[in-house]
Amino acid sequence: MNNLPVVLKRELSSYFATPVAYVFIVIFLLMSATFTFYLGGFYEREIADLEPFFRFHPWLYLFLVPAIGMRLWAEERKSGTVELLLTLPITASEAVLGKFLAAWLFVGLALFLTFPIWITVNILGNPDNGVIAAAYLGSWLMAGGFLAISACLSAATRNQVIAFILAVVVCFLFLLSGLPMVLELFRGWLPQAIVDAIANLSFLLHFNSISRGVVDLRDLLYFALVIGFWLLANRIVLELKKAD
Amino acid sequence: MIEAKSLSRHFGSLQAVDKLSFQVEPGTVLGFLGPNGAGKSTTMKMLTGFLAPSSGTATIMGHDICDDGLAARKEMGYLPEGAPLYGELSVGRFLRFAAEARGFRGAEAVRRVADAVERLNLEEVFGQSIETLSKGFKRRVGLAQAILHDPPVLILDEPTDGLDPNQKQQVRRLIREMSPGKIIIVSTHILEEVDALCSRAMIIARGRLLADDSPTGLLRSSRYYNAVTVVLDDLEQAASRLGELPEAREVEVRRGRLTVFPSAQGNLFEAVTTVVKQAGWQVEQIQLEPGRLDEVFRSVTGQEAA
Repeated sequence: MNNLPVVLKRELSSYFATPVAYVFIVIFLLMSATFTFYLGGFYEREIADLEPFFRFHPWLYLFLVPAIGMRLWAEERKSGTVELLLTLPITASEAVLGKFLAAWLFVGLALFLTFPIWITVNILGNPDNGVIAAAYLGSWLMAGGFLAISACLSAATRNQVIAFILAVVVCFLFLLSGLPMVLELFRGWLPQAIVDAIANLSFLLHFNSISRGVVDLRDLLYFALVIGFWLLANRIVLELKKAD
Repeated sequence: MIEAKSLSRHFGSLQAVDKLSFQVEPGTVLGFLGPNGAGKSTTMKMLTGFLAPSSGTATIMGHDICDDGLAARKEMGYLPEGAPLYGELSVGRFLRFAAEARGFRGAEAVRRVADAVERLNLEEVFGQSIETLSKGFKRRVGLAQAILHDPPVLILDEPTDGLDPNQKQQVRRLIREMSPGKIIIVSTHILEEVDALCSRAMIIARGRLLADDSPTGLLRSSRYYNAVTVVLDDLEQAASRLGELPEAREVEVRRGRLTVFPSAQGNLFEAVTTVVKQAGWQVEQIQLEPGRLDEVFRSVTGQEAA
């Protein structure tokens, strides 16, 4: 894994060499603020917490994270640089992980830049900062899950638009599986164990439990497994499709 | 040394490379010659570890490309077809990445980059982003990336394709300068390049090795090798007179030029000049043919098609 930081650094310098990074960060900040204040009723609730802020993160990520992830491999395959990258003494694992981590750190930076809202809520009242810290962690982990899915699907095609749409659809399924209305559909005719299993696959369920301030090992493990699974799939898809 | 042992690759039912075996010694500039889709690029992609062979293998300086791909890749510099580069990065940043990926850190990485930049005259565009560069500069950046670790093996897929004649010349000069002691494999479908650059040429078509010789050796198999072409006023009379020479096997008149092909005996050129002098024809041109690569290429690859 000597070359993992080399790949990571190159990726990050590409983000900031183009407007991608700046556009993403500005849009992310604007939209998360809009959701928090208009849809979430941050002031009207008169409760000193960031629930209205975090509540919309899954839906924000649903579109913004695939937008970051879609270029990871599709762009390399389209421009042919994947051939350059993988014929350097860099292993496929280093490349997959390095790219993923760069994108994840980048999303983390965007998330970090929302800190003024944390300061604001502390000025306005006395929130439970432990819960907020946990919610930030949960949000970042969830972004990692979305990102791993997007990265894998990006390796499946050389067309970024297709990569984006596929990633949104799959991410949507992972979100949806925890919604009560979806679970109600199954509850009538499937055994409870299977319904629970479907619910357990959901990003929402695990994110909500972390963002309530309960950092349960099982929730952390869930996101670690989701990320691990999709990155492994990414490696396999890359191996199969890189030369097409 | 590079040794390919029945290297094969198919894509679905298409056999792109078919049991290719060859050895290349240091100090060789080997030209892969063949029509488009002959399997040149696929072979290079397998040697450089981008594509896994369907069967067979190869060793690069003793490292097996399948079992020890990482060590094999360390011995190589590779310019993929079309010289793909990270366009959004500056030349300096990109070469820095290549140097770090090659395991150089800190001052050593800086020195390697500076060295490659100097060898390829990239100083003036060092801070410029790659996508804004001309084709010639881009190609040189691709070459700089391939040579900065001074590898014993260089694999260059169509290094001069799409360049203008001056740029072609420049890239060829660079390759020649780098060639002593190294193994350089160049693919091309430009025949003049083989003559200008290579010490050995392999003609590949449909994934199979059809000829493997020095460029002079290939020329020798041309039917034009040692033929004599004359341009003069009385072609018809000359054709019959020269055709009777024991040194001549056959004559051919095409587009105002008369070509006499040699038989196995005597010195055809001398015999022709003697006859021409005696007959007192008005001679515009008389020329000893060195052999024609395009004709060898067509006959070798054409047989395959038939």
